[in-house]
Amino acid sequence: MKPPPFDYVAAATVDEALEALADTSVETRPLAGGQSLVPMLNFRLAVPERLVDLNGIDELSRIEETEDGGLRLGAMVRHRQLEHDPFIARRMPLLSEATPFIAHPQIRSRGTVGGSVAHADPAAELPAVLLTLGARVRIARRSLGGEPGSRVERTVGLGEFFLGPFFSALEPDELLTAIEMPPSAPGEGTAFDEVARRRGDYALAGVAARVRLNSGGVCDEAAISLVNGGATPCLMREAARTLVGQEPTPEVIEATAAACAATSEPAADMHASEAYRRHLIQVLTRRVVSRAADRVLT
Amino acid sequence: MRIAARVNGLAWSGEVEPRLLLSDFLRSEVGLTGTHVGCEHGVCGACTVQLDGEPVRACLMFAVQVDGREVTTVEGLAEAQPGEAITVEDLHPVQRALHEAHGLQCGFCTPGILMTAEAFLRDNPTPSREEIREAVSGHLCRCTGYHNIVEGVARAAELLAADGPAAHDDDDR
Amino acid sequence: MSRAGGTWVGARVPRNEDVRLLTGRAQFVEDVEPPGALHVAFARSDLPAGRLRGLDAASARTHPGVHAVFTAADLGPLLRPGAVLVPPPPLEGLVFHARTALPLVRDRIRHQGEALAMIVAESRYVAEDAAALVEADIEPLDPVVDLGRALGADAPRVHDDLPSNLAAHVRQTKGDYAAARARADLVLERRFSYDRGIGGAIENRAVVAEWDAGADRLRVWDTTQAPIPVRNVVAASLGLSEAQVRFIAPFVGGGFGPKIMFYAEEILIPWASMRLGRPVKWVEDRYENFFATTQERSQLHDAEIALTREGRILGVRDAFLHDSGAYDPYGLTVPINTQCTLLGPYRVPNYESEFRVAFTNKPIVTPVRGAGRQHGVFVMERLLDLAGRELGLDPVEIRRRNVLGPDELPHNHEIMYQDFTPLRYDSGNYERSLEEAARLVCYDETFPRGRERARADGCAIGVGLVNYVEGTGIGPYEGGRITVEPGGTVRLATGVGTQGQGHFTSFAQIVADAIGVTPADVRVVTGDTSEFHWGTGTFASRGAVVAGNAIHAAARSVREKILRHAAEALEVDPADLELAGGSARVRGAPDLSVDLGALAVSANPLRGAVEPGTEPGLEATSYFGPPYGTTANGTHAVVVAVDPETAMVEILRYLVVHDCGTVINPMIVEGQIHGGVAAGIGNAFYEELVFDEFGGMSNASFMDYLLPTATDVPPIETAHIETPSPLNPLGTKGVGEGGAIPVAAAFAQAVEDALAQIAPGLEILDIPLSPARLFALLRAQREGVVGGREADSSSRREPAAGVP
Repeated sequence: MKPPPFDYVAAATVDEALEALADTSVETRPLAGGQSLVPMLNFRLAVPERLVDLNGIDELSRIEETEDGGLRLGAMVRHRQLEHDPFIARRMPLLSEATPFIAHPQIRSRGTVGGSVAHADPAAELPAVLLTLGARVRIARRSLGGEPGSRVERTVGLGEFFLGPFFSALEPDELLTAIEMPPSAPGEGTAFDEVARRRGDYALAGVAARVRLNSGGVCDEAAISLVNGGATPCLMREAARTLVGQEPTPEVIEATAAACAATSEPAADMHASEAYRRHLIQVLTRRVVSRAADRVLT
Repeated sequence: MRIAARVNGLAWSGEVEPRLLLSDFLRSEVGLTGTHVGCEHGVCGACTVQLDGEPVRACLMFAVQVDGREVTTVEGLAEAQPGEAITVEDLHPVQRALHEAHGLQCGFCTPGILMTAEAFLRDNPTPSREEIREAVSGHLCRCTGYHNIVEGVARAAELLAADGPAAHDDDDR
Repeated sequence: MSRAGGTWVGARVPRNEDVRLLTGRAQFVEDVEPPGALHVAFARSDLPAGRLRGLDAASARTHPGVHAVFTAADLGPLLRPGAVLVPPPPLEGLVFHARTALPLVRDRIRHQGEALAMIVAESRYVAEDAAALVEADIEPLDPVVDLGRALGADAPRVHDDLPSNLAAHVRQTKGDYAAARARADLVLERRFSYDRGIGGAIENRAVVAEWDAGADRLRVWDTTQAPIPVRNVVAASLGLSEAQVRFIAPFVGGGFGPKIMFYAEEILIPWASMRLGRPVKWVEDRYENFFATTQERSQLHDAEIALTREGRILGVRDAFLHDSGAYDPYGLTVPINTQCTLLGPYRVPNYESEFRVAFTNKPIVTPVRGAGRQHGVFVMERLLDLAGRELGLDPVEIRRRNVLGPDELPHNHEIMYQDFTPLRYDSGNYERSLEEAARLVCYDETFPRGRERARADGCAIGVGLVNYVEGTGIGPYEGGRITVEPGGTVRLATGVGTQGQGHFTSFAQIVADAIGVTPADVRVVTGDTSEFHWGTGTFASRGAVVAGNAIHAAARSVREKILRHAAEALEVDPADLELAGGSARVRGAPDLSVDLGALAVSANPLRGAVEPGTEPGLEATSYFGPPYGTTANGTHAVVVAVDPETAMVEILRYLVVHDCGTVINPMIVEGQIHGGVAAGIGNAFYEELVFDEFGGMSNASFMDYLLPTATDVPPIETAHIETPSPLNPLGTKGVGEGGAIPVAAAFAQAVEDALAQIAPGLEILDIPLSPARLFALLRAQREGVVGGREADSSSRREPAAGVP
C-alpha cells in the first residue's frame, strides 16, 4: 500500500497552483488535506502523474466576512478551524455542530473545506451542510493565452456543483478557491444529525436542516439536505416546500420527513439497505427539523 | 527533492522521493521506528505523530510536506537522548499514566495514542471520560478494549495538573 | 514497587515491558532492517477461483530496482503443499481430507489473495510498482462463495481431486438423544448463523531473514505466535539443521490466533535471502492482511433442545456446517471447540452433535480469539433463552435449574476435546458465578424496576446474562529456564512468544516469589529460539497455565540450588534460610546473609570441582505438560438501550464475572478480559466480511470492516472468582479468550429483552447483528413474519445443504 510515483509541485500562491493545473498534458491533481486522496493513492485507486500541493498557500486558509455579511471560507480552511472558530460558532453554528461528525481529530487537523467539497462524496457531511446554508463555490483557472498570473474566476451554486458521485463541475485545470455563504437571517434555526455505525464513520444517513420562522411562527423558508441520500450531496427542495407556509407542528414535520424519505434516492451497500436508509432519513429529518425549529423558538 | 525539517527538535535534511510517506520517512530515513504503521489508509491511527504540535496521520502525508516544519514522534516525549536508558521516572506524564493504568498490552497502537493524548490534554486539561473516549476514537486497539486507555488518559490529566503549569508549558514545545 | 509480607503472585504489578513500548524503543519485526536489506511485495490473485494458464513476469524483472521475481517454477523442491499443523483427533467414523496450499500458485487459484509471484526489490515502493507489472493469464472458475450451498451436488469444487467440497465430517454423541427427545415436554429447534471476520491485530505480519553465508546460519525475525515450530519447519524445508536457524519473535503487535499459523511467507523470505545472499524483508500491508492472513467464524447451525416442563435439559442436538476456506491446515480445532463448548456449565445428559466442514473459495479459517467456542455458546444460550420464553422462565431462572453444582465437579462430558482427551471440567463454581453476576446487575429487583420506568419514558432497555465454560491451557508442554547471573540479575527464557499478554511481568512474578527477588529484577526473554528452543507456542489461552507452571517448576529448582549453596556458604541448615531482597538469609538473623549474585559466582567456580550429580550455576530448566486442559468459566451481563426507530444499540453496562483459577496479576487479567469483550462486541455487532456473488471481498479495508473503537466499547466491570485448577501447581487457568466468547449471546438476549414490548417474539438468531439486520428483523416483526428471516434476502438463508 505504497503510493505510485508522481511529480510534486509545492505551490506557494494560487497563481502557481493554477499555472501547474493549466498544463493539462500531465494528469495533475491538487493536494489539499489529502485525507481522501492519499488513501486512494496508497490503494493505487488514483494514479495521477503530478500533485500540486496547496498546503503552502496562505491566502486559501482565511475565514472572512463577505461584503454582504456572509461568510467566505478559503478552500484550505481545515475542519479543525471550523470546529473551534468562535466566529463561525456565532455566525454559522450549523458548521460547528456538524464538523465534529467528520472523521476523527487527526483527520480534521488536515482535512480541508475545499477538499471535502471538491471530492463530491455523497457520504460526506460538509457538502450536505453547505448545501443547506445556500453556499456557492468560487473557482479559478489560468486564463487561456493570458499572461501567467491572469485568472478567470467563476462562481457556481453548490446545488449545481455536484454532478454525480465523486464528480463535480470542476474542470481539470480549475481550482476551487473558496466557499461562500449568505448571511443567516433573523428567525433562522439550524441542526444536523446522522446515524453512523461508529463515531467518525461515514454516516448511514445524515440530515442537515435550516428553517426560518416569521414572528407568527410560520415557516418562511426551509432547506433540508441529505448525507448518503442519493448519488450526490442533495438538497431536498420538494420536501422543504411541505414545511414552507406552515407552522412546524409535529404533523407538518412528519409530513416533511415523509416527503424527504419518499423523494430521496439512497443507495444500498453492505452497511444498509435502501429501505433502511430511507427509514433513517425520515427519522432523522423529523428529529433535525424539530430541533432546528425549536432553536428558533427558544 | 531536498527537504529540511525538525524531528523531535533535531534538524534533518536530505533528499526524499516525493511519494515517500511521512510514516516511512520517519521509520526508514530518520530511523525513528516508534511510529508504527497499521493500515496505511488513515483509519487505525497507529502512525499518528504531531505536526507543529497537532496530531496527524503520518500515513496520509508525504515527507516532502514537512519541509520547514516540526514533527514530534513518540521518541520525543520522554526526556532522554536516543540510546540513553529510560526508566519509569523519565517518562512523560502521559506515558507514565498509561503505564500505571495498564493502558497498553501489545503496545503497537500505543505511540499513536500517546501523540493524540498529549495534544488533546493540552487543549483540554480536565476532560471527562466521554471526551477522552471521543478523543481517542480515531485509534484502533485490539488488545485493551480501551477501558484502561481511557483511565490512563484521565490519569495523565491528573499527573499533568500535579506537575503544574510550568512543566506543562515545557511539553508544549 | 515493593510488597511486604505476601507474595507477588496475585499482586497488581505494573508491567516490566511498558517502558520500552511507551517510548517507541520496543523492537517489532517491522523495525528490523539489516544493512543491505531487500524488500518484497507479492503479486496476488484478484480472483477467488481460477486456473493460472500463464504468468508473464518479464517486465517486472526488468523494472529498475528489481532484484528478482520468483514464481512457482523457481521454487524447486520448495514447491510442495504445506504441512497439516494440527491433525484431527482420532474419532470413530471421522472423515478428514487434508488439503494445504503451495507457497506460490502453480496452476490453481483457490482464494482471493493467493500469491502468484514474489518480487524482491530495493524498496517496498519499487516492489509494489513491479508487482503491478506481473501479467497473469487466469481462466476464471465458478467460485464457492455461499457456505450453505458449498456441499450441494451442483456446487463447483474447490479441490478437483475430491468428490465434493466436504473437508471433514465428525459426529460425537453422549447418551441417547432420541430417547430423551421422545420424553421431552418441549422440543425447540432453530437455525443459527455466525458470520466471518478477521483477527484484526493492528500489526500486520512481517518476516525479515538474514542468511549469513560465512557463519552458515540463518536469522529470521517473524511476527509469529509459534517461533519454535516455525523454525523447525523452515529448517527442515531449507535443508538446514534446527541449530543453524534462529527465529526471533520480538515484540509482536497482537496475535489473536492468526499468527499461530504457518504461512508460506515464513519460508519464502528466508529462502530468498539464502538465494540472493542479501537480507530480505517483507511486511504485509493491511490490504494483503485481509486475504493472506487467516480468518474465522462462518458456521450454520441447526440445533434443538429437549426439556422437561420445569425447564430441565434432557438433551441437545446440533448439526452444523463449518467454513474452512480454501484449505484446512489447522485441522478441526475450530469446529471441535464449537462442538465441545456448546455444552456450557450445564447438565446435558444426552448430546448428539455432528458437523461437516466445507471448502470454499475464501481465505483460510484457523483459530481466532475464541476459536469456535463463541458459536457453541451462542447456540446453547440462545436455545435456553427461547426455551425459557416458551416455558415462562426468565433467562436466569432456566440457567439456575441447569447449571452443574459444585458437588458435580469434576464433570466428564465424555466427548473428545481438541486436545484429544475427553472433555472434562476440572473445577469451577458455576452457580456462584451466575448468582454473582445476577446480583451485580441487580437482575431480580432493581433492574426490572428501572427497565419499567425507562419503558414508560419510551426507552427500550434490556439485560442479557449468559454463561460459558472454556477449555484452556492444553498441552502438550512448555518449558522455562531460569538463571541467576553473577551480577544478581535473574534471567528467564521460555519458548512461548508474547503478543501483549504481559508475560514479561506475570512470569517474573512467579519467579520473584520463588527466589525472593522483585519482578523488576527478572529479565524475561520470550520467543527467541537461541534462548529457548523447546515448546509449541502461544495459543488456546495456555501461556500462564503451561509455560507459567513450567517456570514455576524451574523457579522451585533454582530455589533449591540457592538454598543448598547458601546453606554451605553460611554453614546453616537449608531449612533455616529464607530468600528475600535478592539474598538468602538466616531466619531471625537477617545479618547472616549472602546475596544471589555471590552464590551464582560460587556455583560456577573456576577452580575446584562441581560435585557429581549436580550442575554448575544457579540455573534450572523445567517443563510442564498438563494431563488435559483446564476449564475456565464465567458469566457476562450486559445492559443495552435500543433506539427502535434507528435500530441502533447502545451498551449501557457490561459486567464480567469470571474464574480463571489462581490470578497471577489481576491488572493483566482484567486487561485480557477488557480486550476480549471488545473483540466480542466487534464480533457480535460490527465485524463482518462481505463477499460479492463472484467471491470478491467487498470490504477489505478498515474503512468498511468495522473494528470497534473507544466510543463503541463501554467501561467494563470485572469480578474475580478464584477456583484453583487441580491440574497444575499454580492452580491457573487460561483467560486470554474468555472475554470474547459469550458476548454475542449476551448481546442477543439483551436486545430481545429491550424490545420485548415493542417487538414481542422477536428472535435474534444471526450474528453479527448489524443495525441493518436488526432493522430488517423489526420490520419483519411488524409485518408478522416470524423471526424476520424472509425479510433478510441474504443467500445464507438457503437450507444448509448436507446437514441432515
